[in-house]
Amino acid sequence: MIPGELKYTKEHEWVRMEENEVVIGITDHAQSQLGDITFVELPDAGKDVKQSDSLATVESVKAASDIYAPLSGKVTEVNTSLQDTPEMINQSPYGDGWVCRVDVGDKTELDGLMDAAAYEEFIKGTSS
Amino acid sequence: MTDAVTRSKRTPLYECHLRAGGRIVPFSGWEMPVQYTGIIDEHMHTREKTGLFDICHMGEFILKGAGAEKDLEHLFSRKVGDMLPGKCRYGFLLNDKGTIIDDIIVFKVSPEEFMLVVNAGTIDKDAEWIKKNISESTVFADISESTAKLDLQGPLSADVLKKCIDPAVVEGLKRFSFTDVSIDGVKVILSRTGYTGELGYELFFSPEFASKLWDKLLVFPEVKPVGLGARDTLRLEEGYSLYGSDIDEDHTPVEAGLSKFVSMEKDFIGRAALKEQEASGVSRVLTGFICEGRRSARSHFRVMDGSRDAGEVTSGAFSPCLKKGIGLCYIDKGLAVENREISLMDGKVQIEAKVKSLPIYEH
Repeated sequence: MIPGELKYTKEHEWVRMEENEVVIGITDHAQSQLGDITFVELPDAGKDVKQSDSLATVESVKAASDIYAPLSGKVTEVNTSLQDTPEMINQSPYGDGWVCRVDVGDKTELDGLMDAAAYEEFIKGTSS
Repeated sequence: MTDAVTRSKRTPLYECHLRAGGRIVPFSGWEMPVQYTGIIDEHMHTREKTGLFDICHMGEFILKGAGAEKDLEHLFSRKVGDMLPGKCRYGFLLNDKGTIIDDIIVFKVSPEEFMLVVNAGTIDKDAEWIKKNISESTVFADISESTAKLDLQGPLSADVLKKCIDPAVVEGLKRFSFTDVSIDGVKVILSRTGYTGELGYELFFSPEFASKLWDKLLVFPEVKPVGLGARDTLRLEEGYSLYGSDIDEDHTPVEAGLSKFVSMEKDFIGRAALKEQEASGVSRVLTGFICEGRRSARSHFRVMDGSRDAGEVTSGAFSPCLKKGIGLCYIDKGLAVENREISLMDGKVQIEAKVKSLPIYEH
């Protein structure tokens, strides 16, 4: 269930490298913990973000949670279809439920992220 | 605090919830299912068909004796003397300041015996208060531990019950009434009451039969288990107050817009304070709101009238039926006007909304 080609954060974001850009979303574990997602506040394209800054907000029926920037860089594109169909994150967290694309500044930041095996271990440790 | 205080309790249906895929969360000292398939799905199922809720955590008391009615008349915000046996009434336990100790439902078994249904988080506080304020001849019993409670709520709930007991009994049971029935040999107090705004029933019985009745009711294809998440969104669409969020010992029924559940023509604890408040007027009142979009304000958001602080949100969630954010807030009385535009803010978010009288969701 945890795609092997992605990198992960402790805040349950995933990152997929594509040339100089990364695609960012939240993991299946995260969407499952949040429950029905009812609203997503997306960043503006062109925005500069620093690693660990708040990047977007997802709201479920009962609560709001931040999505943090896994890497520093410039937001190049956001998934505007989430405005009308935020439930896409529940249905396809690694696919159509992607959140935004970021042009990465410092690629060494990628080294600090977890691979799939480490993330799987991390989830096991947090959900006992 | 000791372990005994901090350890969460489980209802007799805990294993049933795990089997049904329930996600367990802490609630008022209990481990309760917040959802099974999803809050929106369970919410809509209750509005369209019927939901089954484990409400074993709530409390039940018995007041018995020749003076029980007189004692309750003094303790409860509404009259009990004019109730017929077999009727239920929603109202409050108030303190001397007129603020709300708890919102409860009184079941009149006879003039000498009453059952009180109280909130889970207030069981100990309520018991202490009641014991302090009854006469020596009245016997108080907290039967919460020996009472299981299931809520069956939704437009098809009567049809489901008719397959379990004599259909004539279901037909004859009016709103805010209760009766003794037997379901597969299990003695049940069945009341036509609820917290969803739908046709619905509450079942009180011995906990040893909890899983038997739970499983029996879930056999019907129109019935699905519903968690506390949807219980909250269902009550919020109706504008029903939640104790501890919308009403508490900082607010009176007058401020909460719940004066119709207070009988000022009789004497009871808190009456003098309410009378004074009615005369002097209240500055803020509880009202509903609907946000302009899907994003909802949450509890403790400030209510703003332009740049002026004009109140506080006490409950907020996404409404599955309206597909917008909704909630309840205390607001300056002058602003509690239908469709009045307000802003709801916390440190970083501002949400535009309009005042909505209750119910928030009209259906």
